[in-house]
Amino acid sequence: MTVSNAIEVRDLTVWFGSGTERSDAVKRATFSVAEGGSFGLVGESGSGKSTILRAIAGLVPTWSGEMTVAGEPLGRKRSPAFYKKVQMVFQDPYGSLHPRQTVDRVLSEAMQLHGLTDIDRRIARLLEDVGLGTGFRFRYPHQLSGGQRQRVAIARALAPEPKILLLDEPTSALDVSVQAEILNLLADLRRERALTYVMVSHDLGVVGHLCERAAVMQQGEIVEVVTVESLRTGAVTQDYTRHLLASAIASAR
Amino acid sequence: MLTYLLRRLILVLPVAFGVSVICFLLVQIAPGDPLTAIMPVDATAEEQSAMRAAYGLDKPLPVQYAIWIGNLVQGDMGKSIATGRPVAAEVFGAVQNSLLLAVSAAVIAFPIGIFLGFLAGYFRDIWIDRAVTAVSIAGVSVPNYWLGIVLVIIFSVNLGWLPSMGAGPGGSSEWQWNWLHMRHLILPAVTLAVVPIGIVARTVRALAGDILTQDFVQALYAKGMSRADVLRHVARNAAATALSVMGLQLGYLLGGSILIETVFNWPGSGFLLSNAIFQRDLPLLQGTILVLALFFVAMNLIVDVAQAAIDPRIQRT
Ligand SMILES: Nc1ncnc2c1ncn2[C@@H]1O[C@H](COP(=O)(O)OP(=O)(O)O)[C@@H](O)[C@H]1O
Ligand SMILES: [Mg+2]
Repeated sequence: MTVSNAIEVRDLTVWFGSGTERSDAVKRATFSVAEGGSFGLVGESGSGKSTILRAIAGLVPTWSGEMTVAGEPLGRKRSPAFYKKVQMVFQDPYGSLHPRQTVDRVLSEAMQLHGLTDIDRRIARLLEDVGLGTGFRFRYPHQLSGGQRQRVAIARALAPEPKILLLDEPTSALDVSVQAEILNLLADLRRERALTYVMVSHDLGVVGHLCERAAVMQQGEIVEVVTVESLRTGAVTQDYTRHLLASAIASAR
Repeated sequence: MLTYLLRRLILVLPVAFGVSVICFLLVQIAPGDPLTAIMPVDATAEEQSAMRAAYGLDKPLPVQYAIWIGNLVQGDMGKSIATGRPVAAEVFGAVQNSLLLAVSAAVIAFPIGIFLGFLAGYFRDIWIDRAVTAVSIAGVSVPNYWLGIVLVIIFSVNLGWLPSMGAGPGGSSEWQWNWLHMRHLILPAVTLAVVPIGIVARTVRALAGDILTQDFVQALYAKGMSRADVLRHVARNAAATALSVMGLQLGYLLGGSILIETVFNWPGSGFLLSNAIFQRDLPLLQGTILVLALFFVAMNLIVDVAQAAIDPRIQRT
C-alpha cells in the first residue's frame, strides 16, 4: 500500500494583475506532501513562497493548474469542510490577529464556525497545548509579546482540529530565542496531532529543523526538490541551491 | 471605564475655561464700539458713559470677565443690545434649530457616505472606486452655498415643490413635527449633507481599503469565515475611526452652516451669529460663540469616550 498524499500541487501558476500588467508570481510549480509529512518551501524574499500557500488556502483567486487536498481536487471556492481540514498560520503575529478580539473570542469564533461543541473546555486545553495557560485567555493581542501572539495564532489555526497546517514563516518576525521555542512547539504539536505541515521559510536552518523535504524556489519557479539529508550533506544538484546553502552557512558563522 | 470618564470630564474644565476667556477677549479686541450701533448719533458724552455703565463696559476687563462668568453659570448671558431679549433664550432657540438642521444633514450624509466609502474601499481601483472618488471630491469641492442656490432655483423657483426660506410657514421659527414645517428642512439639510458625504466616503474608503489588506482579514478568510462575516469584522474595525470623523463632522455641521442658514434664512445659530456680527450685538455674539465652542468641546468628549468604549487598544485609565 502506498502512503496517500495530503497535498498535491501540479503545474500551479499564480498571477497578479491582468492583461499587460499581469505578472506570474508562481510558475508551473509541482510538488506533493505525504500525509503526516512536513514539506518546506525555501527561497529568497519575493520568490513566490507565500503565494503558493495563499493559493492553496484559497486566498488568491487567479491561478491555474491542479491542486488536491487528501485526494480531492480544489476549485475556485473553498468549502467550510476545506477549512476544517486545512488551516494557515501567518508570518506576522502583529498583523494577523484581530486587534479587537480577546484570545477567547478568536478561538471560540473559530470553533463555532466549524460546529464544535464544548468550547469552554476546548479553549482551556488548546491554550495549555500551545504553552500559554488559561491566564492569557481574556487578553487582547496588544497585551501579548510576539511569541505569545504567535502561540495564539497557532492555537487559532488548531482550533477547528485540522489535519494540515500551512505555515508562512511562522518564526521570522520573532526574536531568535523565541524562534526556537515556537519551532519546538510546532514539532511537538505535529507529533501529538499527526499533522501535515507545509512551511515557508527563507531560513534553511528552520526548514532543516522541521521538514523532511523542501522545494527550493527562485523567481516563482521550483528549481529543485531536495531532502533535508541532502541539504545537510550538500548533495544538491542545482547551482542556486548551492548558492543558498553557501549564504546560509556564511550567515551562521 | 468610569475613572476614564471622570478623568476626561475633569480635563474638560480647563478647556472650557480657555474657551470662555477666548470668547470674552475675542469680542473685546474686535474693532468698533458696540454702543455706537444703538446710541443716537448725536448722543452726548454723558449719555454714552451712562449707557456704558449700564452694560458694565466701564469696568476693568478682568472684572467684566468675572461678572460675565458669574452670570453665565446662573444661566444669564446678558441681554441682546439690539433686541433687549435675554441672550440665553435667543441662543438656545437658535441652537435648537441648528441642531435640527445639522442632525438631519448627518442622518442623510452618514449612511450614504459610509455606504459609498465601503463600496469604494472594497472594489478598490476599479470603476466603482473611481466613481465614488469623483463624487466625493465633487461633494467636498463644490461650494455648498452655491449648490443651495442652485437647488432653490430648481426646486423652489422652477418646480415650486419646496419652500426656500425659513423654518416654517410664514417665516415662523417655532419648529413643529409636521409636513408643513418639514418641507422647509429638506433643501437646507440636503445642501448641508453634501460635504460630509464626501468626507465620510473618503475616510471610510481609506479605512476599509487599509483594513482589508491586513493579515488578520486574510486570517479570517483562512479560518473559513464567509465573506459577509468578514466584512462585518472589517466594518467593526473601521467603526472607531469613522465614528470620530463623523462626530467632528457633526460639530462642523452645527457651527459651520452660517452660509447655508443665510441662504435659506434658517433661524439657527449661524444666522444668529451673522446678525449679531452685523449689528455689533456684543453680548449676543459672545453667547453664541461660547455655546457653539462648548458644543464642539462636548462633541469631542463624546467621540473620545465612545471610541475608548469600542476599541480595546485605547487606554482607558
Ligand atoms: N497581492 C499581490 N498583488 C500583486 N503582487 C503580489 C501580491 N502578493 C505578492 N505579489 C508578488 O508576488 C511575488 C511573490 O511574492 P511572495 O509569494 O510574497 O514571495 P515570498 O513569500 O517568497 O517572499 C512578489 O514579486 C510579490 O511582489
Ligand atoms: Mg512571504
